Amino acid sequence: MGDALHVALLLADATVRVATPLVLAAFAALYSERAGVVDIGLEGKMLAGAFFAAAVASSTGNPWLGLGAAVAASVALALVHGFACITHKGNQVVSGMAINILVAGLAPTLAYAWFRQGGQTPLLPGEARLPQIHLPGVEALSGIPLLGPVYRELIDDANVLIWLTVLLVVATHWVFTRSRFGLRLRAVGENPSAVDTAGLSVTRLRYQAVIITGVLTGIAGAYLSTAHGAGFVRDMTAGKGYLALAALIFGKWRPWPTLFACLLFAFTDAVQVRLQGVPLPVVGVIPVQFIQMLPYVLTVLLLAGFVGRAVAPRASGVPYVKER
Amino acid sequence: MKTTPMPQHPPALETRGVNKWFGANHANRDVSLAVPKGTIHGVIGENGAGKSTIMSIVYGYQPADGGSILVDGRPVAVRSPRDALAVGIGMVHQHFMLVDPFTVLENVLLGAEGGVTLAAGMARARAELIRLARDYGLEVDLDRPVGELPVGAQQRVEILKALYRGADILILDEPTGVLTPQETDHLFRILRALREQGKTVVIITHKLREIMELTDNVTVMRRGQVVANVATARTSREQLAELMVGRKVLLRVEKAPATPGPAVLEVAGLRVRDGAGVERVKGVGLTVHAGEIVGIAGVSGNGQSELLEALAGMRPLAGGSVRLRGEELTATPDRFTARGLRALGVGHVPEDRQRVGLVTGFEAQECAILGHHGDPAFNGRLLMDRRALFDRCAAEMDAYDVRPRDPRLPAANFSGGNQQKIVLAREMERNPDLLLVGQPTRGVDIGAIEFIHRRLVALRDQGKAILLVSVELDEIRALSDRILVMFDGRLVGEVAPDEADERRLGLMMAGVAEAA
Ligand SMILES: Nc1ncnc2c1ncn2[C@@H]1O[C@H](COP(=O)(O)OP(=O)(O)OP(=O)(O)O)[C@@H](O)[C@H]1O
Ligand SMILES: [Mg+2]
Repeated sequence: MGDALHVALLLADATVRVATPLVLAAFAALYSERAGVVDIGLEGKMLAGAFFAAAVASSTGNPWLGLGAAVAASVALALVHGFACITHKGNQVVSGMAINILVAGLAPTLAYAWFRQGGQTPLLPGEARLPQIHLPGVEALSGIPLLGPVYRELIDDANVLIWLTVLLVVATHWVFTRSRFGLRLRAVGENPSAVDTAGLSVTRLRYQAVIITGVLTGIAGAYLSTAHGAGFVRDMTAGKGYLALAALIFGKWRPWPTLFACLLFAFTDAVQVRLQGVPLPVVGVIPVQFIQMLPYVLTVLLLAGFVGRAVAPRASGVPYVKER
Repeated sequence: MKTTPMPQHPPALETRGVNKWFGANHANRDVSLAVPKGTIHGVIGENGAGKSTIMSIVYGYQPADGGSILVDGRPVAVRSPRDALAVGIGMVHQHFMLVDPFTVLENVLLGAEGGVTLAAGMARARAELIRLARDYGLEVDLDRPVGELPVGAQQRVEILKALYRGADILILDEPTGVLTPQETDHLFRILRALREQGKTVVIITHKLREIMELTDNVTVMRRGQVVANVATARTSREQLAELMVGRKVLLRVEKAPATPGPAVLEVAGLRVRDGAGVERVKGVGLTVHAGEIVGIAGVSGNGQSELLEALAGMRPLAGGSVRLRGEELTATPDRFTARGLRALGVGHVPEDRQRVGLVTGFEAQECAILGHHGDPAFNGRLLMDRRALFDRCAAEMDAYDVRPRDPRLPAANFSGGNQQKIVLAREMERNPDLLLVGQPTRGVDIGAIEFIHRRLVALRDQGKAILLVSVELDEIRALSDRILVMFDGRLVGEVAPDEADERRLGLMMAGVAEAA
């Protein structure tokens, strides 16, 4: 019993830690895609965020400055995307892909020029990483069955960005359902002409959305290199940007289902890690490569089979041109 | 119509010398018009005359290249719809500007939320909308998604949007083009109620009957210019038509009695389901002979569209038989397709020219051979023969007076009436034995209507069989040699055109009196 609980808690803990950057990135894309701007450049923006967070934290010793740098870099890239797609009505997929390719090369190059450690940043000492939040009362509660261990393993000592992410999810739900901004954002992704003729600026709204995307992907990147990890390594996003996009589609562009999708992907990843090298009944030890495939196989299966018809916001991917 | 606008009050809306160019196209030339307060003002003109352009300038949707706009005698600067709304100008566009998944309430609120959060504004809007609905007969279910509403209701939402923002001047661009006759009556009652309350209404339409019925004054435009401003009471349909087109227009179709030949199309027990699997055509039988025009009248949505599409091979049959020149088509399903029917001499002018009739991104010359692209006349050994395409299209454009006469222009850049002519030319010039025609003159100006009607009659006189579906009763009555009335998926009666007065047809179309 105690053992099973322990395993479950470890899995849950791992799930939350893996899910955090996915949720941040998926919600980042939620804002921009609901406003009608497709963003496959999440990966690149996250990677830029990861690099600048680690580089600045390593140089200054201050993780908060790192977080600021990550957000700044990511927003700058988001603005490039906006400039290409909103102002100049360029192709959104091409622009996003260009950002991914640019950063994949640029980040290690900058890291090499800056730190001379083969495209990485130095390992960050504890105080240069974003802190965990220690909650009171762990000892007092530890005697209580279930609640005690859950509190100790899962809730206490969670990274500050995990808490931020929880806040983000709740806030996003509120923004989308209750706020003026959310109403306008959803409208501009469905029918920008309606927004335009209602006397609102399509361009302004879409830029706002894209900037929020930049902020959130920056935070996601900072989480990878200065909260979850302890430094930047080449390609450290490892497809998480695309996975987040898949979660968004799986969640049909809605906040709660998207959160659920992210948690599901993270959970399979946590299971995958635990299964590595563990002999299973009947099949024995499965080669690690197969197990690592699990989250991706799941993505393909879910997207192909179980999502049903995912209806994207009507105007997503289409630059706004006034109708005749 | 006893409105005598107070002479001392300045016009509610006035434009002075407004100009607008689209590239080399001078779409508005010194457009000056004045709309007295508390009146309904009609704007008419041929396709491409610049009616929508001047109104979208007034609404701030497009910038003008000079000229000024005055509201209540004061010059105003409208640089965006926001400015227009601020001075009390609201507009209902030709294509609705609604967010389909949003509820009616959300659509009305968009841009006028009244606060960072929605809750307070929603409550206020709900109360206000209920009041507006009561005052003007603008009933809609506030909590239904707009996309689920019929067109008439969507249009009321657009009007509510404008009124909720405090519009005193309401501009409607071809509001009746997509409405059923009942919905049109409803709309007119609303507009009259608005006038009663001192609001000013500007309405663009192609239907002279509506102008005569509804408006106090009319502005006529031709090729970007205002050619006349007249009081409706002091003009006539004939005079307006002449002003619009610049020559005399025959509002009646002249045709000799039909001399029907052998049956070309024989349909029996036809059943058709729509995309959702609902049976829309429930056992229809009809015959069309060579040298006659058979018109199908009916309120839209009673199965006419599905019937026409099925006969054109665009929809599978759920049952029944179709014979062409005596030959059973359902026996050879591979020939009963859009393509196979073309080869058998069936032409089809679809109801929806933009989605079905044309590829709007293609050049006119490419659109002019859609469905005939395999024809050796347009193909070299390896590539298409662009020269032949161009010449063919240019000749058709000459014959059908398509403007501008540029085969290389993308179809999307032609006005609605001219797009329709491109489709008609393609289908009619292939010399079909049977022509299926859906809504041939929807959104088309009267000059073009006259032309299209003449071509259809000429085709009939050459001995072709024509099946015409239209929601315009006038059109059905003017063209048809026999009129069939369709209601709820069935043909409920046949009338000879000289016996078909509006009341009788109207009752049959409403399913009230079966072939009395
Ligand atoms: N956005 C645009 N770009 C280029 N040309 C345009 C544009 N809008 C209108 N035009 C051209 O300007 C002229 C006037 O068009 P407008 O839409 O005002 O005509 P209209 O009178 O409303 O015609 P219709 O009865 O067919 O609606 C036409 O020649 C049209 O081709
Ligand atoms: Mg128009």
